[in-house]
Amino acid sequence: MEDVTQAPGLFTARLLIDVSYLLTAFLFIMGLKRMSSPVTARSGILWAGAGMLVATLVSFLYPGMSNYELIIAAIVVGSIVAWWSGKKVAMTDMPQMIALYNGMGGGAAAAIAAVELYRAAFANVAHAPVGHSAVVMSLAVVGGIIGAISFSGSLIAWAKLQGVINKTLRFGGQKFLNGALFLGSLAVGVIVVVHQGADPLHVSLIFGLALLFGVAMTLPIGGADMPVVISLYNALTGLAVAFEGFVMNNAAMIIAGTVVGSAGTLLTQLMAKAMNRSLANVLFSDFGSGGGGAATAVSGSMKPIEASDVGVMMAFASKVIVVPGYGMAVAQAQHKVWEMCQLLIDRGVTVKFAIHPVAGRMPGHMNVLLAEAGVPYDLIADLDEINAEFETADVALIIGANDVVNPVARTDKSSPIYGMPILNADKAKNVIVIKRGQGAGFSGIENALFFLDNTRMLYGDGQKAAAELVNAIKAAG
Amino acid sequence: MTGIVALYIFMLAAFTGYEIIAKVPVILHTPLMSGSNFVHGIVLVGAMVALGSAVTPLEKIIGFVGVLLAAGNAVGGYVVTERMLEMFKASGARKKTGGGH
Repeated sequence: MEDVTQAPGLFTARLLIDVSYLLTAFLFIMGLKRMSSPVTARSGILWAGAGMLVATLVSFLYPGMSNYELIIAAIVVGSIVAWWSGKKVAMTDMPQMIALYNGMGGGAAAAIAAVELYRAAFANVAHAPVGHSAVVMSLAVVGGIIGAISFSGSLIAWAKLQGVINKTLRFGGQKFLNGALFLGSLAVGVIVVVHQGADPLHVSLIFGLALLFGVAMTLPIGGADMPVVISLYNALTGLAVAFEGFVMNNAAMIIAGTVVGSAGTLLTQLMAKAMNRSLANVLFSDFGSGGGGAATAVSGSMKPIEASDVGVMMAFASKVIVVPGYGMAVAQAQHKVWEMCQLLIDRGVTVKFAIHPVAGRMPGHMNVLLAEAGVPYDLIADLDEINAEFETADVALIIGANDVVNPVARTDKSSPIYGMPILNADKAKNVIVIKRGQGAGFSGIENALFFLDNTRMLYGDGQKAAAELVNAIKAAG
Repeated sequence: MTGIVALYIFMLAAFTGYEIIAKVPVILHTPLMSGSNFVHGIVLVGAMVALGSAVTPLEKIIGFVGVLLAAGNAVGGYVVTERMLEMFKASGARKKTGGGH
């Protein structure tokens, strides 16, 4: 193998690889740019996909490579499993699926670091150091730690959203333990850098501690905050990929990883802002631990209503605003809700959908779910557009949403969600809440909206309730 | 590639990523997060080279897992992003035809 790398023909291969990586970087950036507008979004992923294909194919030409059968086997198996799972996943489960794929990327970055570091460690033990510079070793270690955190953290995020883990684990001294795990991993990393790989045990310790830290850091975070965390891990994986790109001297990895790292960081901040919380608050506070129960008790009672009455009410309204939440999607009610809205529109009723920035489980998730049901864009309004309109609405129909319409966020300073921007559904003339039972929301906070004088509760499964409303509107004649 | 050139690349790429996201409407946040998740699937090429240069059984095992995970990241990320954006195209078309009434 060694002598072949000197051949002039392979200089061309190296050049071809570099030019192809440049093309890949261009396609990635253009692809992401196109994905940032609804008109061109569809073509954006095709551009990025073409870039990935080019980079992957050309990487087979790398000089001095072996193990081709292993490489191909791993690509084929990984691709088939991911393709199958990606095609099959329901739109409601998209956030945790993204978390899972993201964790895989972090794991891959950690694996690259592990190959380099174990090689250095064994070479060092054999008194024949590989002679990496301290910079390269540091980048390998840092990228490896970040990748490992992203890997185990994303798996926990997936397990939580999937319902595999229901409990949020919290105990005294948790932050201290987490800090110790993280600093411990870094400290062992410093030893490995200084001693040119040190020994395999130290290398294993870096990854072991980093993996544990990812688990320990994610376990205490509540389900409602998980999208922000997934977005953060997405940015971290990008960063890990960029660092390992430095180690591998691979410009495509540096550029793509860094672009994702910075874009992901901004996206994480935007999400946290939409929830009126700082990132530090999401990561280190005890939000949703049930302590919110001490907040001012809500007075009044919940008043039930029948579907037939709601149907008549909406059929003869002039304006109805639908506030969908994740609960609607879980019940797979979005198709029935859209059918109901079409009936109302045919009767001349103005219908709009009001989307809270964090409706669903990620910003924009609800738009995806409504698009799946066939709801056109122009009927969907975001918080800033719609909030002034609730006062002129005859009916606000809340289906599967809870915390995002809770007026205590405006009034009660002791509430954990105080200050969060909410949809002012309580300003509508009539508020109808479709709800399965009487329990509190995702965050465990009692919703004052349900107890207002102009609010009526329509109990039942979202899909069934929507179907009843369809019939009721048809019957209204 | 010298260290300082790599730093230039790092800095410029960081600004690029920031600029791309800065003006994105909320409705595209989820697809874009998914799309950027796909883009860091480029870790596949690094994992391929790592496995390609692996000699000992340990290196081969770790390298194999690396390529396996990276391929999952790239392919899975592509499929789910494509599925989401597919629906955006459909509703855009419906909006155009539905504008008449």
